[in-house]
Amino acid sequence: MAQLSLKNIGKSFDGTDVIRDISLDVEDGELVCLLGPSGSGKSTILRMAGGFETPDRGAILIDGQDVTRIPPEKRPTGMVFQSHALWSHMSVADNIAFGLKLRRMPRREIQEKVAGALELVGLADYGSRRVWQLSGGQQQRVAIARALVLEPKILLLDEPFASLDQHLREHLREELRDIQRRLGITTLFVTHGQDEALALADRIVVLQGGEIEQVASPDQMYRAPETRFVAGFIGSMNFLACDMRGGRSDHAVFQIEASVSDGPVELAIRPEAIVVTPSATSTARVHRTTDYGTHILVDIDLADGTRVKAMCPPATRLATGQPVSLSADRVTVFRGTEKLADVAPVEMREVAHV
Amino acid sequence: MTAIDPVTMARDSHVPTHKTKKTDWLGLGIVAVLGLVVVVPLVVVAIWAFAEVWRYPSLLPQEFGLRFWNATLARPDVWGAMFLSIRLSVTVTLLSAIICLPAAYAFARLDFPGRNVLFLSFLASHAFPKFGLLVAIAGIFLNLGLISTFWGVVLIQLVGTLMMMIWIPVAAFQNVDRAMEEAARDAGAGPLRVFWSVSLPQAAPTIFAAVLLSFVGTFYETEGAWLIGAPEIRTMPVLMITFINNQIVVQYGAVLSVLLWIPSFIALMFTRRLVGSASFAKGFGV
Ligand SMILES: Nc1ncnc2c1ncn2[C@@H]1O[C@H](COP(=O)(O)OP(=O)(O)OP(=O)(O)O)[C@@H](O)[C@H]1O
Ligand SMILES: [Mg+2]
Repeated sequence: MAQLSLKNIGKSFDGTDVIRDISLDVEDGELVCLLGPSGSGKSTILRMAGGFETPDRGAILIDGQDVTRIPPEKRPTGMVFQSHALWSHMSVADNIAFGLKLRRMPRREIQEKVAGALELVGLADYGSRRVWQLSGGQQQRVAIARALVLEPKILLLDEPFASLDQHLREHLREELRDIQRRLGITTLFVTHGQDEALALADRIVVLQGGEIEQVASPDQMYRAPETRFVAGFIGSMNFLACDMRGGRSDHAVFQIEASVSDGPVELAIRPEAIVVTPSATSTARVHRTTDYGTHILVDIDLADGTRVKAMCPPATRLATGQPVSLSADRVTVFRGTEKLADVAPVEMREVAHV
Repeated sequence: MTAIDPVTMARDSHVPTHKTKKTDWLGLGIVAVLGLVVVVPLVVVAIWAFAEVWRYPSLLPQEFGLRFWNATLARPDVWGAMFLSIRLSVTVTLLSAIICLPAAYAFARLDFPGRNVLFLSFLASHAFPKFGLLVAIAGIFLNLGLISTFWGVVLIQLVGTLMMMIWIPVAAFQNVDRAMEEAARDAGAGPLRVFWSVSLPQAAPTIFAAVLLSFVGTFYETEGAWLIGAPEIRTMPVLMITFINNQIVVQYGAVLSVLLWIPSFIALMFTRRLVGSASFAKGFGV
């Protein structure tokens, strides 16, 4: 259907670079999530794609056509806003019909399309309601219907579910995913919730300070973070500082071998990559256990005072203060922001007294 | 039996309410004083309008009647002034809306050089004694041949409404959610269409109040109307002043006052319906 390309986009506000130099291709029917901390420029990128901001540098192409200077009303994009931005002086049906009326569509056809759009988001009987008579979740669905009814080539969503509670958010997320798949609509989705990105996206773009840190599929993003920032930003991660000497780490617990030049490094280990076994001779002690039902999260104090999180199977029984030994089946080595090596599996050795 | 009987539930859920509201004597006192100050003169004027004989120290007139009403309404200059005033107020309010609302929107949404200075200048025109300003304008109008013409009075009244029709709508437009306007752009509406279909309706309750105020304000304005309009153009309030100056018959003044209340009452009725609705509060960003 449609393809969106950002080519070397740059944007500054009042002299400060908000977007430095970003290039991104969203393929036909793909759902790409822009993920990043607050102020990283996610909304700015989305607004440039929608025509609400003009980039200072670079070009935006839709299906190969340059739309950089084209105003929003002439762009084949549809936007869903965080605050839903429904027009409160119109009924739900009028909100959805507004764009169709502008296109001078016959009335009969408009009615059919509006009914279809409401049906699509599960609000078939709500057309005559006023906007403020709907719940937050219903309002957000109307906003999605309003964007979809115009059959945009590109759908843009700026944290559409951020103001909803966890339960509703997950529910709407799944609905959106289904609709997007069914219509095969090319979508750019902004979120700062990593679970949302992991659940929705075909590809995730992690942004920081107006620059792309990494572009990858959700599983790659989680399992193979390319930068220190992504490693820390997606999921939870233990970072353990130590030195590499002669291809070995000098960490008291996690000694790994990697062909890495000598110097300080950080070992990044996922909680679920750590295996905890009770061991009377160990100096590492259980600080606290939290039972999440599906798994047990164990905080462990190492001898040097650092605290490590480990995810254990739900049957694990560990007492506070109990000495345990640790091993990791996957470790990533970072120096500064740069990834040096992936090490897996690692031969672990518990060293009780160093 | 553990099943919950809806009937007993409903009965049990009736919680006795305690009357905690005490009579607010201070509030009542303030209302009474305000009422006395506002209502009593109005009532007195209204009574005068229907009094034929009212001698001291009687509390009410000795004779009621419509003699002065007949006398007043029989005068063609009263009707002329009434229609002139209405024509004038409608013209001024419409012109003011056409000029000021887009300007207010520009003030609220655009950033252009000199914006703040221009914005403040509307306030400045009201910050100085009005009469001096009027005399100066009258001098200019004399040269332009606008003195004693309908459009001369329209112009001077227009200046008087500017502040109200700029300042209040600017606040109203600033309160309109930008995302709503952007959503309309996104749906395919050009800037003008967005103004007409989204910004204006969203700001409507507040803007309506401003329009009403400038209508009533124009209707009652005397200084400019007299200075620029005399002697050809005589609005209702100006006519009333001449009546009172020429012959001190209280009833003439009273009848004209009561006639002048009509636009106020209409305005009040509209406002009351607006104030009651939730959208009015929203318009003020409450
Ligand atoms: N209109 C503007 N004028 C000036 N600065 C702006 C403007 N819009 C955005 N910025 C700045 O650009 C940076 C990126 O903003 P942006 O809204 O894109 O962040 P974001 O990633 O969407 O953050 P959030 O998750 O909080 O929504 C911020 O530092 C912000 O202050
Ligand atoms: Mg944002």
